[in-house]
Amino acid sequence: MKIQSENFAKAAQKAIADADLQSAVSFGTNLAYTKRKSAVFVSGQDHGEQIRQQAAQIKRHALNNLPQLLEQAEQQMQKNGIKVLWAKDAAEANQKVLEIIQQKQAKKVIKSKSMVSEEIAMNDFLEKNGVQVIESDLGEYIIQISGDHPSHIVVPVVHRTKASIRDTLMQKIGMPHTDDAQTMTHFVRGHLRKEFLEADIGISGGNFIIAESGSLCLATNEGNGRMVTSLPPVHIAVVGIEKVIPTLEDYATLTQMLPRSATGQSMAVYTNIINGPRRKDEEDGPQEVYVVFLDNGRSEIYSSGYTEALACIRCGACLNACPVYRVSGGHSYGWVYPGPIGAVVTPLLVGLNKASPLPNASSLCGSCKQVCPVVIDIPRMLLDLRHDLTKQKKSSKTWKIGMYIWAKSNRSEKWYKMTGRLIKASRYLPISKLPGLLKNWTRFREMPQPAAKSFHDIWQDGLKDEDK
Amino acid sequence: MNDQKKRVNVKGKKVSLFVTCLIDSLFPEIGVATVKILRRLGIDVDFPMKQTCCGQPAYNAGYRKDALSVAERFLYTFAGSEIIVTPSGSCAAMVKHEYPVLFKNDSKNYQRALEIAEKTWELSSFIVDGLGVEKMDGKLSEPCHVAFHDSCHGLRHLKLGPQVRKLISGIQNVEISELNDSDSCCGFGGLFSVKMADVSGAMLQKKIDNIISCKADTILLGDSSCMMNIQGGLKKQGYTKKVTHFALILAEAISNENTI
Repeated sequence: MKIQSENFAKAAQKAIADADLQSAVSFGTNLAYTKRKSAVFVSGQDHGEQIRQQAAQIKRHALNNLPQLLEQAEQQMQKNGIKVLWAKDAAEANQKVLEIIQQKQAKKVIKSKSMVSEEIAMNDFLEKNGVQVIESDLGEYIIQISGDHPSHIVVPVVHRTKASIRDTLMQKIGMPHTDDAQTMTHFVRGHLRKEFLEADIGISGGNFIIAESGSLCLATNEGNGRMVTSLPPVHIAVVGIEKVIPTLEDYATLTQMLPRSATGQSMAVYTNIINGPRRKDEEDGPQEVYVVFLDNGRSEIYSSGYTEALACIRCGACLNACPVYRVSGGHSYGWVYPGPIGAVVTPLLVGLNKASPLPNASSLCGSCKQVCPVVIDIPRMLLDLRHDLTKQKKSSKTWKIGMYIWAKSNRSEKWYKMTGRLIKASRYLPISKLPGLLKNWTRFREMPQPAAKSFHDIWQDGLKDEDK
Repeated sequence: MNDQKKRVNVKGKKVSLFVTCLIDSLFPEIGVATVKILRRLGIDVDFPMKQTCCGQPAYNAGYRKDALSVAERFLYTFAGSEIIVTPSGSCAAMVKHEYPVLFKNDSKNYQRALEIAEKTWELSSFIVDGLGVEKMDGKLSEPCHVAFHDSCHGLRHLKLGPQVRKLISGIQNVEISELNDSDSCCGFGGLFSVKMADVSGAMLQKKIDNIISCKADTILLGDSSCMMNIQGGLKKQGYTKKVTHFALILAEAISNENTI
């Protein structure tokens, strides 16, 4: 997927002017935000906070031991009969998946929702190589037949209204007219059933990997994930290396936090722990299971100052809580991962120079950290990325000079007084439009009139000795 | 995270006012109100004349060297202070939460930064959590219907919100309503408001819509930056609802109260 993050401000401006998008995103994010709150704190504020801290520690502990856990996971998986592959980047991951497909002479692949597969643009690659790829998550399916991209980590079509989805389904797969969401869902379900039965290979992502048992964990709501991983003869899972956690007990905590934070459900409808291919005494399940561990820049993040970003469990809660995401929508972020966590991981995965506006696409309000199930300090990382940005060669000279002057006038008494006098003098100017970038202030706001006397003057002229 | 109760006892200590750069040149009346409130509580207030800004604008924009030079001045200006009180959640959060990060690699100043962070208080938290005063007798001369906007840094870094509600609910002639989404950002975010102008404007619009549909006619908050943003937005659209710092209301109320 072409990275368009440099275009954030313009894309956001367009999104803000799009009334349909605004009402859809606003509805979706508000609903998830409200439901999350009641689900996470269902047993009280303290319990909710404790389980968050527990989840946070599990992920930190897992990251601290990532290399050992990956080795353990590989060994256990192999014991379970899972074939484990490693991919250093997108190209290698796609190539390895294609090789399996070609080896099995497969024609049709059915997928369950996977952000990692978006990250490596797997669908494009497989289609270019003559493989038919069908998305089976309802949202992802709508995205696919619309030629669109997900705008949310959990709710890919959150930017679309029901009416626009209806129109797409009527146009693309001949659905009869209806305004009932359930009827639409049933229609797509019927349509997809055939695809499931015809598919040669199922491809999924993975929410967690349990190292001690070599298990692949998936949380889905529509049942498609279970069909993808059990119906076709071959199942391939592509998973980021940061998904490994030590034990089943850790999973018990995280599998509560994920759906509660994502959609406000106490459990996902389908909670799958996959331990390997069909065993001799079993009647169903795939004959072969592959797990492709993807690095794609993660080990670089791991050894940078941004390791914490890898703790993310992709629940999307920070998107729903973020006032910037709520008005900008996910596509404005210009790549795969939107919202606050996207503003952190996009520059880290694709390079700061290709996503330079993103660290600044935040008012630093802190809502993201407040809702994060693993307490990732996103505002702190955005601040660090902003600092990195100022050290880049192409960073703005204007800002650099402006900041230098600002610092100078706040460092010396003489300069501070002089600036104060300038501000004061401006109180009689009829300022309705400021010059330069500052005109952006007056586009939406009046300017306050500077005071006739600064607090320094008021104090010195008598407040100091009043009432004493 | 920030358990105010465990902090050093502030009773009987002299307070140095950090007025903030915005209040200094644009809204000095908030500084005056703060001094009046503190004096009414029997506190000796001083104002270190060498103070400027806490350094937040440059820090949030990523210019750490510039921020550091201004923050260093803050450390030295307030080095002799027993307690620092500021009528701003955002500037207090900068000193309390960000100074330890900013000075992390500055061995000369790190310890000093930790000490300064420890003795810095936001005004409402100082009164309620520090002094243990939950009610100040006072009366407004005219009935006033208020609601609160919870500014982000105060709310999420310093757990502010309940303190100001307690203080204001003790005043006579005040009716209190809640503002819908009072805890969502007004869109200011410092330089964010000009760098990401349309996004900031859209966030401000949501805040304005909530204020217009709120029963209250006065919105109280504890940060002059958000005040400037929201008030400026309301004025631009011709609305007459007032957005003001809680210190102004509190100071007015106690000046009308003659029983103390």
